Amino acid sequence: MGIRRLLSGNEATATAMKQINPDVVAAYPITPSTEVVHYFSQYVADGEVDTEFVAVESEHSAMSACIGASAAGGRTATVTSACGLALMWELLYVASGQRLPMTLAVINRALSGPININNDHSDSMGARDSGWIQLYSENNQEAYDNYVMSWRISEHKDVLLPVMVCQDGFITSHAVENIELIEDEKVKEFVGEFKPERHLIDGGPLSVGPYDTPHFYFEHQYQRAQAMKRAKQVILDVSKEFAAMTGRGYGLFEEYKMADAERVIVVLNSSAGTAKVAADQLRAKGEKVGVLKLRVFRPFPHAEVAKALSNAKAVAVMDKCDSFNGMGGPVFVDVRTACYDLATRPQIVNYIYGLGGRDVTVDNFLYVYEKLTEIINSGTNTDDIYRHVGVRGVN
Amino acid sequence: MAYNLKKESNKPERLTGGHRLCAGCGASVAVRGVLRAVNEEDKTVCGVATCCLEVSSVLFPFTAWQEGFIHCAFENVAATISGVESNYNALKRKGKITDNYKFIAFGGDGGTYDIGLQSLSGAMERGHDMVYVCYDNEAYMNTGLQRSSSTPKFAEVSTAPVGTKQAKGEMGVGKGQHKKDLTAIIVGHGVPYVAQTTFTNNFKDLHEKAYKAHYTPGPAFLNVLAPCPRGWRYPAEELMTITKLAVETCIWPLYEVEDGEWKLTYEPKKKLPVEDYLKLQGRFRHLFKKGNEWMIEDLQAHVDKKWEQLLKKCK
Repeated sequence: MGIRRLLSGNEATATAMKQINPDVVAAYPITPSTEVVHYFSQYVADGEVDTEFVAVESEHSAMSACIGASAAGGRTATVTSACGLALMWELLYVASGQRLPMTLAVINRALSGPININNDHSDSMGARDSGWIQLYSENNQEAYDNYVMSWRISEHKDVLLPVMVCQDGFITSHAVENIELIEDEKVKEFVGEFKPERHLIDGGPLSVGPYDTPHFYFEHQYQRAQAMKRAKQVILDVSKEFAAMTGRGYGLFEEYKMADAERVIVVLNSSAGTAKVAADQLRAKGEKVGVLKLRVFRPFPHAEVAKALSNAKAVAVMDKCDSFNGMGGPVFVDVRTACYDLATRPQIVNYIYGLGGRDVTVDNFLYVYEKLTEIINSGTNTDDIYRHVGVRGVN
Repeated sequence: MAYNLKKESNKPERLTGGHRLCAGCGASVAVRGVLRAVNEEDKTVCGVATCCLEVSSVLFPFTAWQEGFIHCAFENVAATISGVESNYNALKRKGKITDNYKFIAFGGDGGTYDIGLQSLSGAMERGHDMVYVCYDNEAYMNTGLQRSSSTPKFAEVSTAPVGTKQAKGEMGVGKGQHKKDLTAIIVGHGVPYVAQTTFTNNFKDLHEKAYKAHYTPGPAFLNVLAPCPRGWRYPAEELMTITKLAVETCIWPLYEVEDGEWKLTYEPKKKLPVEDYLKLQGRFRHLFKKGNEWMIEDLQAHVDKKWEQLLKKCK
């Protein structure tokens, strides 16, 4: 039986970290993720964990220290947001390229500039091609559950890739919700011991991070790409085991009222909850609308997403991040690409929304569903697929 | 026990031969000298910043490193090794390992004086039990001889080339600024052991300082002058002449700072003029052109001033 607790998303993440008791946590303060580090340093000070906590002088050094610790055979974690993740960017590729397991809790926040401390997904979306697995969380419970599962996924011998567990800054990180924690012993048993095959300390001679010539570099990148593909099945297997333990089931994405849905909104993280409320209101009027909430963005479950959208007539993909590419946001581009092979494709448009902490309301989603009706009735064209909602002066 | 070069040289090498560094490169001489000072029963994990040493000693699938080795990126070897050391502490505390390890970070001057300074400063301040070794060859040699903040004034480098004529305060004199005093900056961190050294004579100075660095608990920093025959443009076999002259001219004084106490470890009987050091190196050739005497005077005045300041600190 789980333990009911009132926790913010940050405290839920810190609690999961405490239960996992990593060997090394290296972190640097940045709003809104700082609180996780506050909680965790208190656990260290109180002797509730026996982690080495390294209070580094930058996020760049946080990720560098995590790379060193993971290569040394330790279970390793860090936390960051926004510019902190951007400062880690170079090393994200090193971590995944050296196939070093670790978990990074990303408390999503907008990137500068201009500086803004509120939520959107420009930080983790910017790192979507860095070879990290990315799990997104609608609420505090999911942030906690994803965090617990992330270790099993990252350390799996078929994967050996680092994982980002993302949740929305302030919206879930600071909001207190009733969640169900798993007992400490159960978490420890579920996560198990980290036993890497090779490591720097007590592991015999080993050189990590060699210079890779054109003779080998490509093969190593291919192996990393294959590991990312294999991660999909591992995520499903770990989630199944997790469901058996907790009763909480997770797939690659959640289908909400999708069975006969003609109009679908694709969304991830906390706004999924708002989209569901909009869908409920329209369903009450007999309208066939649904929500597809992505949980796993990397690896991108393209075949499964395409299948789930195959019966829809019109789809709006929501991006809380702009790609500034003249075409549409990152989730949109992937979803639309995934649907290319469908025999009959839905019309698919993009809505950029909620940047820099702009409130995302039920009305925003009702507006988008209404626009999908217009698209079904009159069609759209490629000049009109890249749209914004909630911007002053636009709609 | 008294230092004995022959005995020390017979220890198994932790960085073996067969790597691809240039003939006469000061980097591997510095590294082997530092590693010889680790007791044979102790193990090492060495971190290396992106640099000549790294790209020449671990080309996949080969490695010249006999124990633990990690390269992560250019500017973060101190932070990377601090992560390795932290994990060692965690494992030790949990009783998972019994061996004793030494953690050593190596970086060139670019990776230490410039791009890696923040990472180094952070690791020193946090107090990790590690040794940071800068093998200082006074320019970005790996990328083709660009200026760093360690490059001495007037040295010709590819991003501060010598022009058609040299005038005070103008471009074209080589590098226009004096070398940064990194050793003093690290002393300012209050770490337990800081030393400036190089390999001269029988390597005793380097060995003893490296030993103290390894076996003083907490962070330690060694700044090792490691000449580059290609970049400095002198015959490769003159390596030991160059280091000796750097010391005898007081351009590279040998000293250590133990728990805040400055101590000169070698004082030349007769301080040689800087020309003796400069004239052997192609990078200073323009200083000897007629009309450029002012450049040598400028350097001599700077060396004299720094030397006097150091003597005061060491009194």
